[in-house]
Amino acid sequence: MKTSGDKRFRLVLAACGLFVAALAVALAVELSVNSSMAWRKFGLSFVWGGAWDPVAERFGALPFIYGTLVSSLLGLAVALPLGLGAAVFLAEHAPRRLSAILCFFIEILAAIPSVIIGLMGIFVLVPAVRAAEPFLDRYLGFIPLFKGPPAGVGMLAAGLILALMMLPYITVITRELLLAVPRPLKEGMLALGSTRWEMLCKVSLPYAGSGITGAVFLALGRALGETMAVTMVIGNTPKISASLLAPSYTMAAVIANEMAEATSDLHLHSLVAVGLALFGITLAVNALARILVMKFETSGARI
Amino acid sequence: MRKILVAAVAAAVCAAGARAADVITLNGAGATFPYPIYSKWFDDYHKLKPGVQINYQSIGSGGGIRQITERTVDFGATDGPMSDQQLADPKIKGKLLHIPTVMGAVVPVFNVAGVDSLNLSPETLAKVFLGEITRWNDPAIAKDNPSAALPGEAITVVHRSDGSGTSFCFTDYLSKVSRDWEKKAGKGASVNWPAGIGGKGNEGVSGLVKQTPGSIGYVELIYAEQNKLAHAAVKNAAGKFVKASVEAVTAAAAGVKMPSDFRVSIVNAKGEKAYPIATFTWLLVHQKNTGGAGAILKDFLLWMLDEGQKSAPALGYAPLPKQVAEKARKLASTVK
Repeated sequence: MKTSGDKRFRLVLAACGLFVAALAVALAVELSVNSSMAWRKFGLSFVWGGAWDPVAERFGALPFIYGTLVSSLLGLAVALPLGLGAAVFLAEHAPRRLSAILCFFIEILAAIPSVIIGLMGIFVLVPAVRAAEPFLDRYLGFIPLFKGPPAGVGMLAAGLILALMMLPYITVITRELLLAVPRPLKEGMLALGSTRWEMLCKVSLPYAGSGITGAVFLALGRALGETMAVTMVIGNTPKISASLLAPSYTMAAVIANEMAEATSDLHLHSLVAVGLALFGITLAVNALARILVMKFETSGARI
Repeated sequence: MRKILVAAVAAAVCAAGARAADVITLNGAGATFPYPIYSKWFDDYHKLKPGVQINYQSIGSGGGIRQITERTVDFGATDGPMSDQQLADPKIKGKLLHIPTVMGAVVPVFNVAGVDSLNLSPETLAKVFLGEITRWNDPAIAKDNPSAALPGEAITVVHRSDGSGTSFCFTDYLSKVSRDWEKKAGKGASVNWPAGIGGKGNEGVSGLVKQTPGSIGYVELIYAEQNKLAHAAVKNAAGKFVKASVEAVTAAAAGVKMPSDFRVSIVNAKGEKAYPIATFTWLLVHQKNTGGAGAILKDFLLWMLDEGQKSAPALGYAPLPKQVAEKARKLASTVK
């Protein structure tokens, strides 16, 4: 059989593309098959069941889903304003050389293995949070969010450590996007007599909006799946509590913690079912990101 | 010159090939708790018998049980005995033996300002971990520690978040001494902890205990000693407060009636000197093995149950009592 080089090249590329797609499908199938026992036993109530008792073999994933979502959103709430502020400073205000040096360090932050960040969390962040918690309890304790005994480890520490891990993504990408805003647009705005703040709000941020949304979701994706650093500081307790000072648990953490010693089949299948639910959540977040990015692009954000 | 070089290389390759062909490799997987002593044994045995190389992966007892059941390894290792249901798995085909290797202890470690030694009775310990006793100056704790200056601080309970043989031993003990614990949490490598926060691994628990004033947790004896953590004396079945040590653990094993399959828990053992939170750890081997693996396994097990026992105390493990080792050797010699 004779095929031209072009054709062959196309075939190879198609195979690559299909392989990646097939991997995703295979992963979903594998997760479903290996969690079937949990779904058969508990049905959909697995997702909103609040009990996790390996001894009595009752399993429900709600505390883990709650912990994953809340810790990630908390991390985002801290990282987003900080990251945007840093990016604006680095792109618009900092001397060029200083900006380059700072960026280098921020990028290093993204490359630190999460177990190292977790250790830092145990030795630096957790004691700091423990020292701060009595004040939160005393002065903000009337809000249920900040009420509770100061354990140090818990949702707050987990959120902060996730913020630390999301920060470099948001900062570095946003800075690049801001630098890519065409000069004439910015200069035109300034020539019209606007302040730098007005220029930022009316030109730079809208122009970079879809990209920033993408960066935020990329960071959120990392936070949702983060395992090691979070499990080291979150306190690993499958309970839903209104307080950020209370210990919590995430989906990735329970899988990492209990997989090796899970002896019963139902326990194992339940852990894989948690993995499948995490897969679903990540998928949903990605879909949402797509929709938002598309909206930004079509809603005339392009000035 | 070049010829010599070629000849030398060829000779080296041949020698390496011959050596590789002579070495027989056994693979095992399982418990993390005895990993330090196991790796020493496999190393020592390799020096003794250069023809045998034993590889061990400490992937956890659960993984060890699964892999030996499916015969993907030559032997498994576990910190908790397999259940009847697990042994009835049709994949096992034939008999799967529990060979005890050494014993270890789990100790309650605490961090209370101004308190260096602490006595705990079983009921008190269970109530603390149930979250029912919440202050250090609770009358139940004070009763056993008349001379200690116990503060009114809140107790922070720290437990393992990862499934582990350490948790199995500790919850096995609590289930045995407290009806409430048995009902509410039960025993297992992972349980639904009624109170407290979870740290990952021995280092996670000891880190949290060291950092958190007013905390109490549990780790393996070796770990507490290496990290200089204060550990409590626990009241044993004879009513004496005993602090964990290698001798106290051996005494615990001596006070237990040994069943023929060695699947026995030695928590809350009888005997004045017995430390109550102790456990055997086991190797899991099939009685009938294919290929030459059976003969090598048997030889290794007999060596481990005799000569090998001597290296246990230096690593913080208690060697098997004489009569137990003797009995285990009998069982090990049936491996084929």
